[in-house]
Amino acid sequence: MSSGAPAVAAAGVGKVFVGDSSVEALQGIDLTIQQNDFIALIGPSGCGKSTLLRLVGDLLAPTSGSLAVNGKTPNEARLAREYGMVFQKATLLEWRTVLKNIELPLEVMDFDKEEREPRAREMLDLVQLSDFGDSYPWQLSGGMQQRVAIARALAFKPSILLMDEPFGALDEMTRERMQLELLEIWDRTDTTVIFVTHSIPEAVFLATHVVVMSPRPGRITDVIDVDLPRPRGFETRESPRFYEKLTEVREALRRAEPEPDRQ
Amino acid sequence: MVEAIEETGGEPTRTLWSRIRTVVWFLAIVGLMAILYEAYKAMWEATDGTIPLLGIDWLVRGNDITMPHTWSIIDSLFEEVQRGRNEILLVDLLKASLFTLREALAGFVIGASFGFGLGVLFVRFPLAERSFMPYVVASQTVPILAIAPIVVIWGRRFGVSQWMAVAIIAAYLTFFPVVINTLRGLRSPQATATELMRSYGASHREVLVKLQIPAAVPYIFTALKVSATASVIGAIIGELPAGFPDGLGRKLLVFSQRFASGPEKLYGTVLVASAAGFLFVSLVGAVERRLIPGTRRVAS
Repeated sequence: MSSGAPAVAAAGVGKVFVGDSSVEALQGIDLTIQQNDFIALIGPSGCGKSTLLRLVGDLLAPTSGSLAVNGKTPNEARLAREYGMVFQKATLLEWRTVLKNIELPLEVMDFDKEEREPRAREMLDLVQLSDFGDSYPWQLSGGMQQRVAIARALAFKPSILLMDEPFGALDEMTRERMQLELLEIWDRTDTTVIFVTHSIPEAVFLATHVVVMSPRPGRITDVIDVDLPRPRGFETRESPRFYEKLTEVREALRRAEPEPDRQ
Repeated sequence: MVEAIEETGGEPTRTLWSRIRTVVWFLAIVGLMAILYEAYKAMWEATDGTIPLLGIDWLVRGNDITMPHTWSIIDSLFEEVQRGRNEILLVDLLKASLFTLREALAGFVIGASFGFGLGVLFVRFPLAERSFMPYVVASQTVPILAIAPIVVIWGRRFGVSQWMAVAIIAAYLTFFPVVINTLRGLRSPQATATELMRSYGASHREVLVKLQIPAAVPYIFTALKVSATASVIGAIIGELPAGFPDGLGRKLLVFSQRFASGPEKLYGTVLVASAAGFLFVSLVGAVERRLIPGTRRVAS
């Protein structure tokens, strides 16, 4: 909440991929994300949720509309190092130890040498991998690798965490544990999170707002506030309110589906 | 420069026992090939050079001129080069190998550096790749036998030492695999890794040094092993127009001219020359094992 500006303000944002046949990936996106929100982007494949994430992160440029991040252009925000990113694949550099992987952004951002390691260790503690600093990525399980990726994303204390199906490749049990951990981290770090997912329970469990999207062209069809009490835990998933919200999101997704798939 | 390399921890799976096994296998296969060779000779003699029933000649004649006995090849290595000169052929050939290996090594270093530089340039500037890549490919379709004299003659013109001209010919054969594999290696990181670096606001140089080059190291070593053999061949071929009397090239030339009177010597020279190439490749392999840490092994 450092500045009064919203974390993300999108007005009429569109994205067309130009190629042999141009594809309109996003159309008329209006979305305001407040500081410290936890936003889940959900929708079927091809609804442009990953594209929207990449537009916010300045990995792609919008074709139309205006997009502001913390009151700046996405490009300014990226160069001010305001984004932490986590992808479905942990994308750890296999020739670096866990600790060195977490130090990677700090090296690029010219943090003092003495500052890097303590900071990386602090992040390791945060994701509960304190004993694995000297391990190599291949020695870790998928869930542990993903925790390293989160630690790496948080190492330089970005104000916005962009997560593209970060738990998509994990088994259900690991996934639920990771969701809990992520919520704890989010609680402790004053970060705005934008989280792309395919999973309705995941979206409802994590988010303050679930943004429902629909394909061809990609657009936002609903924004559902999730006012379940916090801190959320295992009992949250068993509460009747949780089921009501699941149903609400599921029905929004069904409404968003333009017609039954012909394939 | 490459930071892939710091803490390696060696390669625990390569124990002494597995090394011994590798050597034993190698010797067993050499022995097997010698036996097959002698068996063919014996068969050729037993059948008088004709395939029974068909009445066609065997593909290669197995007489002692075309295929001298393995033991006479070995023997020839221990005979004096010339009567009165107190030096056996093996020592003479080893000296020649050393001479040729030095040229090959110089060519290898020049070619590998040039190839790596070209690869980096191509990845950074796709236009450069599109413009120059066809010529890089074309350069390898021209027979080295035609290029070698040109390099030597031009070298003379421009005051480049003959020795350096030979190294350049070796480099000519060396750089190509390095360019190709450097390109592949630099492009091997996942798209998300590049996006990650971009999200950190990393410069091109930082992406290159911290992501692309370390990722390319295993690819480059694959190329270097191919290049090591190619550089020895390039040096041998380069020695011919340069007229060097001390290298393997001249030995091969002389002994092939005297083939009819003493074929064993040519065979012996071929053996030593390939051993020299083998040694070079092994050295590159040893460096590779030291530099590439256990991280690229399959998880256990």
